[in-house]
Amino acid sequence: MVNFLVNLVNGLSLGSVYAIIALGYTMVYGIAKMLNFAHGDVIMVGAYMSYVALRSLSLPPVVAMLLAMVVCTLLGITIEKAAYKPLRQATSLSVLITAIGVSYFLQNMAQLIWGATPVNFPADFITLPSIELLGGQLIIEGATLITILVGAAVMVGLNLFIGKTKIGKAMRAVSEDRGAAELMGINVNRTISITFAIGSALAAIAGVLLWAKVFKLEPTTGAIPGIKAFTAAVLGGIGSIPGAMLGGILLGIIEIFGRAYVSTALSDAIVFSVLIIVLLVRPTGLLGKPIQEKV
Amino acid sequence: MKKVLALALAVCLALTVCSAFAEEVTLKIAHIGPLTGGAALYGVATSRGAQIAVEEINAAGGKFRIELIDEDDQHVPEISKNAYQEAKNQGAQMIVGTTTSDPCIAVGEDAFVDRVFMLTPSASSVKVTAGKDNVYQMCFTDPAQGETAANYIADKALGTKIAVITNVSDPYSTGIRDAFLDTAEARGLEIVSETEFNEGDADFTVQVNDAKNAGADLVFLPIYYGPASMIIQTAKNIGFEPAFFGVDGMDGILAIPEFDVSLAEGVMLLCPFAASSPDERTQKFVSAYQAKFNDTPIQFAADSYDCVYALVAAADAAGITDGMSAAECCDKLIAAMQQLEFTGLTGTSTWDASGAVTKLPKVYKIENGAYVEQ
Repeated sequence: MVNFLVNLVNGLSLGSVYAIIALGYTMVYGIAKMLNFAHGDVIMVGAYMSYVALRSLSLPPVVAMLLAMVVCTLLGITIEKAAYKPLRQATSLSVLITAIGVSYFLQNMAQLIWGATPVNFPADFITLPSIELLGGQLIIEGATLITILVGAAVMVGLNLFIGKTKIGKAMRAVSEDRGAAELMGINVNRTISITFAIGSALAAIAGVLLWAKVFKLEPTTGAIPGIKAFTAAVLGGIGSIPGAMLGGILLGIIEIFGRAYVSTALSDAIVFSVLIIVLLVRPTGLLGKPIQEKV
Repeated sequence: MKKVLALALAVCLALTVCSAFAEEVTLKIAHIGPLTGGAALYGVATSRGAQIAVEEINAAGGKFRIELIDEDDQHVPEISKNAYQEAKNQGAQMIVGTTTSDPCIAVGEDAFVDRVFMLTPSASSVKVTAGKDNVYQMCFTDPAQGETAANYIADKALGTKIAVITNVSDPYSTGIRDAFLDTAEARGLEIVSETEFNEGDADFTVQVNDAKNAGADLVFLPIYYGPASMIIQTAKNIGFEPAFFGVDGMDGILAIPEFDVSLAEGVMLLCPFAASSPDERTQKFVSAYQAKFNDTPIQFAADSYDCVYALVAAADAAGITDGMSAAECCDKLIAAMQQLEFTGLTGTSTWDASGAVTKLPKVYKIENGAYVEQ
């Protein structure tokens, strides 16, 4: 029973990281109708930037985090302007391949700048002490707690932003019908840029939380979690924000439970078979809107 | 007149002798390894180790002058085959490489057909040399590490309940694990927990909890130092304090930026080389490496440094002359390697016809943040 709780807490915390990454995928897909496979690598850059801010600039952790968000926002906008905007009218396959190119570019740039040696998670980044429950049998680490709390806060905040603000309304409009939104006077290009900016700022947060979870940061850190988060976005229904949250948390729990109760070796196979099953059985995901095929 | 003639004769003789001595042999050696990508840490180290050796040999101005061709294979077998072709096009006569096992198996097949001699610094899978007479290893094989570890643990009674955590996506890890489990069974060691993970996994709590719940007092980690550091940290966070025993992949754990080195205190590992060793040649190598690259060499660099020196020693014994083709060099080197006894930074090596090295891993323990030989 204690073991079950331990696994559940771990699943929740891993799932919260996936959820925040998946939000980036799903927002960009919903609005720009493209899969930004470089998103996982923006996360990696975010984690490195927070490290630079913390160590080279000696900033306090929260400020370092904010600076990383600013840098990632600029990076996200730059990537969108330089790599994706020229392809607005191109086929989605061209954009997809460009995204993979951007992903390789970011990984190799990071390796040039920071080298291939992994960096451990700095002990003074998150100093919240662990909580011991059930007489010391269930230990919840400070980082796990922060991950779950920040994950929840980001989800609520983003939902309010999309639902209540003018920009959020514009984003929903572009997502629903780009042409009609443009006719109604919405600046589509600007809306897409803002989407990338928000997605990339979230990536910086996800980067630090992921780093706290895996302890180890290297240029390829974002790659696999990025693809898992994409799976989470598909599970929840790509394009749907509540779907990304639900999908992320479910996938984190599936991964940890699969590892604990099925096989430690097959946990990745279990996670990725979720992707295949969803695409076969319910391609729109748990909370996605059914799409009418227009041929 | 006679005197003049005699003098002239003497001068002629002297010139002939001198020119015979001065005949310089240029060896074109190609290094192939991952200089970019996820395994770049190892490829960059082997490249740099080879560069230091080449610079020393060329500066010493002996019989051999070396031209180093450096090719990147990104730890991808197909790219490695291309890198090998590129090195051949540039006239490579022999190869230091490739750094990692999977590419080395792929390139070895081509080099076997083409008759090109390969000495790999660090590809330790037994498949690297299997069925090929032209591929030799500087590092010890994976099974040798598993056997040494199990025997050492049994000899010194380091643990009674042992947990093993393996990276199933890495043949290096499963190769060591299989040999370890076989030897452990033969020596009567009790294995209480066997868990696995995949490359890039983000969470080890399940594996560490499994070992903790099984009451393990020693955790064997046949994996690289990256995930090993994550496992050690996870164990600390959940209040689990077993002994940790790693293999040569554990080398590097003390160099991880921001890693709390006190966590690694007492960790045991197998390693052929420690940069902190007081050995004079080691210190010379370490300071040259630090001066040139502003970095401390890991064992991969030392293995590669040894590879270049071993190749030169074998070339000397084999009587390789200037401009000899790769295929001619290959046959001569194969014969010479089996006779060679080579002492380098990583110990004294001899090779049998399979291409595997005979030296055994040494056991180190981390004490006060440094490797101490046991």
